[in-house]
Amino acid sequence: MAVLVKTTINGDSVEYACQPDESLLDVLRNRLGLTGAKEGCGTGDCGACSVIVDGRLTCSCLVLGAEMEGRTLETIEGMADGDKLHLLQQQFIDHAALQCGICTPGFLIAAKALLEKNPDPTEEEIRFGLAGNLCRCTGYDKIVRAVQAAAKEMRGA
Amino acid sequence: MRYESPATTKEACTLLAKEKGTAFVLAGGTDLLVKMKAGMVEPDLVVDIKRIKGMCDIKKSASGFVIGAATPNAALSENAALLKAWPGVVEAAQLIGSKQVQGRCTMAGNLCNASPAADSVPALVAAGARVVIAGPKGKRKLAVEDVPAGVGRTVLKKGEIIEAIELPAKKPKSGDAYLRFIPRSEMDIAVVSCAVNLSIDGKGVITAARVSLGAVATTVLLVKDAAKAIIGTKLDDQAKAKLAAAASAACRPIDDKRGTVEFRTEVAGVLARRAAEIAYARAGGK
Repeated sequence: MAVLVKTTINGDSVEYACQPDESLLDVLRNRLGLTGAKEGCGTGDCGACSVIVDGRLTCSCLVLGAEMEGRTLETIEGMADGDKLHLLQQQFIDHAALQCGICTPGFLIAAKALLEKNPDPTEEEIRFGLAGNLCRCTGYDKIVRAVQAAAKEMRGA
Repeated sequence: MRYESPATTKEACTLLAKEKGTAFVLAGGTDLLVKMKAGMVEPDLVVDIKRIKGMCDIKKSASGFVIGAATPNAALSENAALLKAWPGVVEAAQLIGSKQVQGRCTMAGNLCNASPAADSVPALVAAGARVVIAGPKGKRKLAVEDVPAGVGRTVLKKGEIIEAIELPAKKPKSGDAYLRFIPRSEMDIAVVSCAVNLSIDGKGVITAARVSLGAVATTVLLVKDAAKAIIGTKLDDQAKAKLAAAASAACRPIDDKRGTVEFRTEVAGVLARRAAEIAYARAGGK
């Protein structure tokens, strides 16, 4: 039997029905058309499906859609302000911190969560903070530099 | 599959007790959902305990800390008092998975998943933590080391859930530490692990100790001989050698792709020595 869920996604009230064993990732992608979060591994190892639930960074593949009643959810779709990119997004572009792009939404969400808790992280803290996100293209260095640059810009703003 | 999110522990226990098929408790879901995805388990009922009052709270009292069973590990280090009292427990819990996993995973789930390599479990055992178990017949308490019954099995009966983990108040001049061996710097499963919790007197002599080992037997081990080896000493080299020997002697590991019997046995002693050094320093010993 389907579960009816009322929740808040990127500031908007959203209602959906899902199967009890359906992951939040599948709900986002297949029912709500929010395809920014990707399924890499489906087992919480790659971070491509990262979202923020009630302020905590989470793999949406390891959450049931049914659990979201009354929660507050942030996805990559809510990161830019209309046409204005978030500083992290802009720095990822400026630093060419992506190639194929599959991991990028997850990295951006994880980096946002990291900088909200720690606005001035060391390189090591960035690397540890983003260790749950796998990228097979960049070698991570450009991603770390982009996050460092965005953090600096955000502290100045 | 049915999904239920009851508002009380009693309702949760009743749902679990009445279910004729397979039922699972859902806290963080970082083990359960992976097993569901892999087809290792096919639940008929999943009971989400996160809506139950107090399940996601950390409470401090004169007798210690009560950590709700669904408290995500990320919340542990955000609690300054808990981090100060039990740094070894918090560090152990925070070694599990990524930031994403930390946002959801719980120590009670780590315990109930009953992997011999669970990181938070040896630290909880060394700390002398207990669990509050709620069931159809009321509540009972058990020492953490008495919960695992084997690989993937616990002593919890049908309809029983862990409601909270109780950590004792920190004793004056005491310290705890947890170390694990993994071939990577993080995001891995312990090949061997060790936790030490000890107290010292004004002269730096160890008055009480608990030493536990992970990933070297089917369940976590509380190694009383290892504790005896350092009680009454100032953790001198001779005491550390005895501690290491007692830790190694307690190991009953398996050979697998992550480590051999010989390696695990040797490293258990090394980790015991190093964890004891950290715990001793944290207790204020020099």
